[in-house]
Amino acid sequence: MEDNLLLQAIERYLDGTMLSAEKAYFEELRKNTPEIDQMVVEHSMFLHQMDLYSAQRNMKHTLHEVHTKLLERGDINEGGELNTRGRVIQLYNKYKRVTAIAASVGGIIALVISGLTVYFTPANNNQLQELKREVEVVKRNQQYQGAKLNEVDSKLPKDAVLTGGGSGFLIDAKGYIITNAHVLKGSSFANVINNNHDEFSAKIIYRDEARDLAILKIEDEDYKPLKTLPYGFRKTDIDLGEEVFTLGYPRNDITYNKGDLSAKTGYNGDSTRWQLEMNANPGNSGGPVLDKNGEVIGVLSTREKHAEGVAFAIKSKNIFKMINEVKDTDTSLEKIKMTSHSSIKGMERAIQIKEMENCVFLVQAFNKK
Amino acid sequence: MKAELNEQALLKGLANNDSKAIEALYKDNFNMVQSFILNNNGSYDDARDIFQEAMIALYEKAKSDSFVLTSKINTYVYSICRRLWLKRLQQIGRYSNQIDSLEETVSVEEDLEIHEKRNAEFAIMDRALNSLGEPCKSLLEGYYVKKMDMQHLAKEFGYTNADNAKNQKYKCLIRLKKLFFAQYNIGD
Repeated sequence: MEDNLLLQAIERYLDGTMLSAEKAYFEELRKNTPEIDQMVVEHSMFLHQMDLYSAQRNMKHTLHEVHTKLLERGDINEGGELNTRGRVIQLYNKYKRVTAIAASVGGIIALVISGLTVYFTPANNNQLQELKREVEVVKRNQQYQGAKLNEVDSKLPKDAVLTGGGSGFLIDAKGYIITNAHVLKGSSFANVINNNHDEFSAKIIYRDEARDLAILKIEDEDYKPLKTLPYGFRKTDIDLGEEVFTLGYPRNDITYNKGDLSAKTGYNGDSTRWQLEMNANPGNSGGPVLDKNGEVIGVLSTREKHAEGVAFAIKSKNIFKMINEVKDTDTSLEKIKMTSHSSIKGMERAIQIKEMENCVFLVQAFNKK
Repeated sequence: MKAELNEQALLKGLANNDSKAIEALYKDNFNMVQSFILNNNGSYDDARDIFQEAMIALYEKAKSDSFVLTSKINTYVYSICRRLWLKRLQQIGRYSNQIDSLEETVSVEEDLEIHEKRNAEFAIMDRALNSLGEPCKSLLEGYYVKKMDMQHLAKEFGYTNADNAKNQKYKCLIRLKKLFFAQYNIGD
């Protein structure tokens, strides 16, 4: 109770409501009693704090009221009623970072997946190199060949533009030549040149981009068809380690390469191809791959970029498959007959080559200007 | 010159709790702060909190005896809000240095230090009051915050007379002081 009265007195003293006589008495008391003096100081401090506290609280209250009032009046705007876009923007602002992160993660995953897909896809262009001849090389060689050609005038139309080149070989003596589809990429017609530098016009009669095979037909009155082809197409299985060879035109003259069958599947397990231990060069694309008996086992098409001496050939049964598939619909292919009989079996390699070299052609692909 | 006088008048009004002045200040500055907060990962609620805190800081400054405002009000308010918001972002670990700083700013570190000290004191008093329990809390709030007189309070709380209410108020005050100083001294 005493504390209570004392506090009351102190408060009255501090807020100046004490009468002067009482005030003088209280001041005397303060001077003589340090405890009371201390209490006065303490209480004055407390009241100051209380003042600040209440002022701040009142200001907070006022601000809150003002905010609501201005909001109602439309002087300030927190989205919501006035325009619904505000909330969307607010949400956007709130989550744009999250969205950005999610989008980046999504993007990275997409990139990784597409990267993996590309990596594991057979016949990957990054890992494999098509063995067609680049246009510049072909052009240079063409000039050189111009002098050697047996024809007086080139059989090409004047406005022909060279698009690429490679090798090709007869699959039927009537003038059907198989080559790679990539050799003919972007071209509308072709001509073929044999090792005697005889040039013949050829028509592109069929392309199969998926198998990377194409068939040309020599349509030239100067072409004298052989009775039969010296080589046949092997239908029996082939074993690893069997010796194989190819003929082709990585240069202007027919070139011989030999090697071994090193795997029964192509790049990344591609079952439509053979893997060969063989040096192949641009220009070899479309050339025949034969076993030691002179039976064609495939069409040379690609090589591995980052491994020395690894080449891939499209298995010859793909040619049969392709022809059988389209025979009914494409009458131009129905006349093709492929034999399995090889007449050069058991001959020396040099003789075999001599026998067949005019059946392997340099293919030049053109487009009109 | 006129604008300057106007600003001085507004601040004086703010210091005296003049609602017209407060409204004018609010209207003039809020949108700028709101768009700043919204553009820097904040929400409408964040904008309101930060702006009102800045207004409190400005109010304290305007009330103090040594008050001098060396910049325009909007620059000052923007600077305070910017600092407060950066701090808030840091606290929640979303610090971004892309904070939009196209606006002119002034140094407000000292003022913010004072403001923070004030905030801490405010929190101590608030805690002390809230732990008092009723009717002490409401009685003291009525007297000190709402500035009601004893007669009025006695009537509202149902005391038979003002003296009884006064007695009760002093009892409560003693308890509040104890609670407050227990915290306040530790705080010092």
